[in-house]
Amino acid sequence: MKIKLFYFARLKETLKYSTEDLELADAEGPWTVLKLKALLSKRGDVWGQMLMGKLKVRAAINHELVHDNATIANGDEVAFFPPVTGG
Amino acid sequence: MTVRVQTEDFDAGFEINQLRSARKDVGAVVSFIGQVRDVNEGDEVSQLTLEHYPGMTEKSLEAIITQAKTHWNIMDVLIIHRVGTLQPCDQIVLVAVSGSHRGEAFAACEFVMDYLKTEAPFWKKEATSSGERWVEAKSSDDDARERWNKTTE
Repeated sequence: MKIKLFYFARLKETLKYSTEDLELADAEGPWTVLKLKALLSKRGDVWGQMLMGKLKVRAAINHELVHDNATIANGDEVAFFPPVTGG
Repeated sequence: MTVRVQTEDFDAGFEINQLRSARKDVGAVVSFIGQVRDVNEGDEVSQLTLEHYPGMTEKSLEAIITQAKTHWNIMDVLIIHRVGTLQPCDQIVLVAVSGSHRGEAFAACEFVMDYLKTEAPFWKKEATSSGERWVEAKSSDDDARERWNKTTE
């Protein structure tokens, strides 16, 4: 299945990615946020540090904040970002 | 409800007047303005840059207003949040709530700000004399939001 990924703030800056299209193997499903983080972490040090390290990372699927065990479906828009600091 | 995310400044007086005069049964308008401080964590701040997640930002602000309306008997809510590069003393955010009486409008305005600070996808980066740094989320903001879970049940 295909998903669209977005990164914001410190993640975007450190990973040097703002958005990407990603193909996830259906045979390895079901895909959760945690599983996706683990997959992306395999890209190397900085990815593991940003997504699975000490820093808090929040995730959204289709613009809704979700937990690590949320399931990702084909065509979803998934985003990773640090805790928010607006206002 | 009105939600605006913009780089431009806003005229709080004008916006509050619009909300106040929109209905003749409005008896109270409560508003909050957040502005850029020239100091944070003991360091001088010369500039603040706000990033957001277009699409999700507007949805989350609308969801916060919808939640506020289920808890309090209020009439209308306006949120304006700026993004982009701002200087000390610049306005960042305006929340205004209209209602029949002040009590519910005060509570709803505080609720909207507490939720905005912990749920709406905005991120601040500040420029100091030692360079740029991302502003860290505060646990006191989480605490401020959490207390509503107790009082609105």
